[in-house]
Amino acid sequence: MQALKISELAKTFPLAKPLFGKAPPGVRAVRPMSFAVEKGETLGIVGESGCGKSTLARMLVGLLEPTKGQIEIAGKALDTADPAAFGRLIQYVFQDPISSLNPRKTIRQIMEVPLKRLHGLDKPARDKRTREIFASVNLREEFLDRYPHEFSGGQAQRIGIARALAASPEIMVLDEPVSALDVSVQAQVLNLLAELKAQFNLTYLFISHDLAVVEAVSDRVVVLYFGSVVEIGRAEDIFKSPKHPYTKLLAESAPVVGRALTAPEQKDSELPDPLNPPPGCAFAGRCVHATELCRTEEPRLRPMGEDQLAACHHPLEG
Amino acid sequence: MTTFLRLLFRNKLAGLGAVVLGLILVLVLIAPLLPLPDPNVTATGDRFLRPFSEGHLLGTDHLGRDLMARLMHGTRVSLAIGLISAFAAAFVGSAIGIIAGYFGGRIDNLIMRGIDMLMAFPYILLALAIVAALGPGLMNALIAVAAVNVPFFARNIRGITVSLAGREFIDAARLAGLGHTRIITSELLPNVLPVIVIGISTTVGWMILETAGLSFLGLGSQPPDADLGSMLGEARAALITAPHTSVVPGLMIFLIVMSINLLGDGVRDALDPRLKSGALSRPRATTLVDRKGAVPEADQKGLLNLQELETQFHVGPRIYRAVNRVSLHVNPGECLGIIGESGSGKSVTALSVMGLVASPPGVVTGGAVRYGGEDLLSASYESLRAKRGENVAYIFQDPLATLHPLYKIGDQLIEAIQSHHDTSRTEARAKALELLKSVRIPNAEQRLDNFPHEMSGGMRQRVGIAMALANDPDVIIADEPTTALDVTVQAQILALLDELRRERGLAIIFITHDFGVVAQLCDRVAVMYAGQIVEEGPTMAVLDAPAHPYTKRLIACVPELGGGRRELATIPGLPPVVDNLPEGCAFAARCDKASETCRTGTIALKGTAREGMALEGMAARAVRCLFPEEAI
Repeated sequence: MQALKISELAKTFPLAKPLFGKAPPGVRAVRPMSFAVEKGETLGIVGESGCGKSTLARMLVGLLEPTKGQIEIAGKALDTADPAAFGRLIQYVFQDPISSLNPRKTIRQIMEVPLKRLHGLDKPARDKRTREIFASVNLREEFLDRYPHEFSGGQAQRIGIARALAASPEIMVLDEPVSALDVSVQAQVLNLLAELKAQFNLTYLFISHDLAVVEAVSDRVVVLYFGSVVEIGRAEDIFKSPKHPYTKLLAESAPVVGRALTAPEQKDSELPDPLNPPPGCAFAGRCVHATELCRTEEPRLRPMGEDQLAACHHPLEG
Repeated sequence: MTTFLRLLFRNKLAGLGAVVLGLILVLVLIAPLLPLPDPNVTATGDRFLRPFSEGHLLGTDHLGRDLMARLMHGTRVSLAIGLISAFAAAFVGSAIGIIAGYFGGRIDNLIMRGIDMLMAFPYILLALAIVAALGPGLMNALIAVAAVNVPFFARNIRGITVSLAGREFIDAARLAGLGHTRIITSELLPNVLPVIVIGISTTVGWMILETAGLSFLGLGSQPPDADLGSMLGEARAALITAPHTSVVPGLMIFLIVMSINLLGDGVRDALDPRLKSGALSRPRATTLVDRKGAVPEADQKGLLNLQELETQFHVGPRIYRAVNRVSLHVNPGECLGIIGESGSGKSVTALSVMGLVASPPGVVTGGAVRYGGEDLLSASYESLRAKRGENVAYIFQDPLATLHPLYKIGDQLIEAIQSHHDTSRTEARAKALELLKSVRIPNAEQRLDNFPHEMSGGMRQRVGIAMALANDPDVIIADEPTTALDVTVQAQILALLDELRRERGLAIIFITHDFGVVAQLCDRVAVMYAGQIVEEGPTMAVLDAPAHPYTKRLIACVPELGGGRRELATIPGLPPVVDNLPEGCAFAARCDKASETCRTGTIALKGTAREGMALEGMAARAVRCLFPEEAI
């Protein structure tokens, strides 16, 4: 069963209209994209800064109004009017654990809000539920009466996860949940997320720029570039046998123990300008396989091999 | 609350203000109980009595009324009006500011343009207009003074709210199902309250003056009632013949406003988090060096040689041992990696080299840093400054924060060159251009005239590297230079650094938390934990066969591409806080091999390095562990 389905979802940020002349067309942060997530699946979303992954995440949880397209959760289309309706179905874990907690509230006050507002629990029920959730994220109850600044990054991120769990959502959008954490703590949080997923039967959208982390936690992976999906595939295949040259570039750029240092692309390549997007494939300017076709016509996402789709005119072999 | 009071009274002037204001307040509050004559009873026969006359301590005014009694009642009225109008202005202004800042967009525009229009009138004119429209009287003067001060609060609070409204915890509250009203009252208000209090404490004095001004003009309190302003106004005619009638209320206004302002400044300083953390206290130009023990003898190792370096942070009674007897050295053309988690002391080690740790609170308490044999810790500020950038240069993590936002990058490079070399601007510009080309910035000629914000992150970091190269240093200390960059850009920057060190024979100290980066770039690596080096050696030897349990388990935590979906290894617990380090091995609490002996005494860094077996060109290996994973 599909837990989440988005179709033709897009976001364009309008630019200010100059005093004279007509308004510029706006920045297309997310170009129309469609994909679905099965129940119980972890979908990894990777891409570099500016690829639209955070904009996508904020649209999914209702913090940002899509320009067009729709979001379906468990087969039902959601309209974006009521954030609380989203809140019960889909929750968000923020990248910066400390700044996502109000510095002037105790952890208990923070934890109680979703229980009270989204589920209308009374005081004893809230206390009971808070204790249960805290136990499941391996935090001590005495932490509940402290303030956010007293916690380390890893602990604060567990609190952030606990708050998201308090809403009892079906889907969690994890926006770079471990990139602010040290490696030893990062592994603790990733394993906790895996346990919680099994325990509460959750569906994850895991957004990260770290390919190794995404591969370690995901069933399938979506690669974004310049606001578009360039490749979708199973986690174990997509980096091993990428079809899109950008996926290959990403996989080869990650520093790996035991691989010699080589810059995988030309040194003077420039990234596409969002204010003045190139026609055709956005990656053409950085791609060694690019032809005239790539510079004029935007490639569409099409199936390539088993369970793999890529948007490329000249997909890689093997 | 107690910390607030302690901070407040640490400021002597604020304490003085509080005492004076307290005395005045007590005096006017008990005024009705004092044996004073009725302030409004006239006795024209006794007019203009001098102070210390019988029955009239401060003399009488032009109608023979007792000045002491009028002063007490007048001060009561003035203080009450000032405080009430300050609270009224704060309430209305903050409400407007929060609403405008939170909703933003059109609402913000509409409200703030209205406020701007209000501010376009000279305040006294506006107050006069309001009083003229409402008619004279104390109540109307209060309204006028409050209204005139609303824009101050509205603008201030709106600014704070705008920055808070973009914070993630507001998004989180929205996702938790809170509506706008609740977000404003329960999430935003507690965070802006300190700013509102600061605003009130710094404006009360001003509002008392404004009310006095209106009363002086006869628009505030009406005869026969007294307030400080109307007393002054009535005394104006007798300024020369009976000066005491003006001096008495004038002095009281002075005392009140002075004490309120002193106290207000104290409140602001005590509440402002930046001042609390000491961020506005200017650090010294170099780190304070206060070495307790003897300076280690020079041991002729490497170009840059850190010997038993100890750097601590002294915060109140606590001592944080950020760097605890760290010895490192780096040779020309060599790249040394320092790897560790946050709080392990790797950045403080790097900053200690050139005396860049902020003092206070940082203090170098031991060891030596030798550059070409000379101890930098005992060098004078001038000679240290001459070496910063010229001999040892830094590359920091965030180039946007290290480049000045208001200067073109070309000018910044030229400045860096000219501060060390006496060259003309044209020559320096040519050199700057050459530098940009050497870090492979396309269109270098045009890029010289770019501002930092006009470049991408990767390009900015290249400028950061160019800046470090500006004076041909021998050593570059790079503190996580690629952490903020995308992987494809990181790969380019790493390749560039590697090429530069091979071409120019640079010695690089590369600080990172990423094993992949260390493996690709560094010849040798030192692993830090809780301020100490726990393991060092040639990169491949350490990564292939880590000897310290911490290194081994940390490497296991890092997921590697191509490993597939799996459970990751973890290290339970957290690193110790360095103000309370356990005895023995700092890692013992998290280590599954730890025994009783690990928790006592000091554990030495042992290996080939310490036994003098290290030959030139053959890197040494050492580990700080009683039960190492690998024999060394």
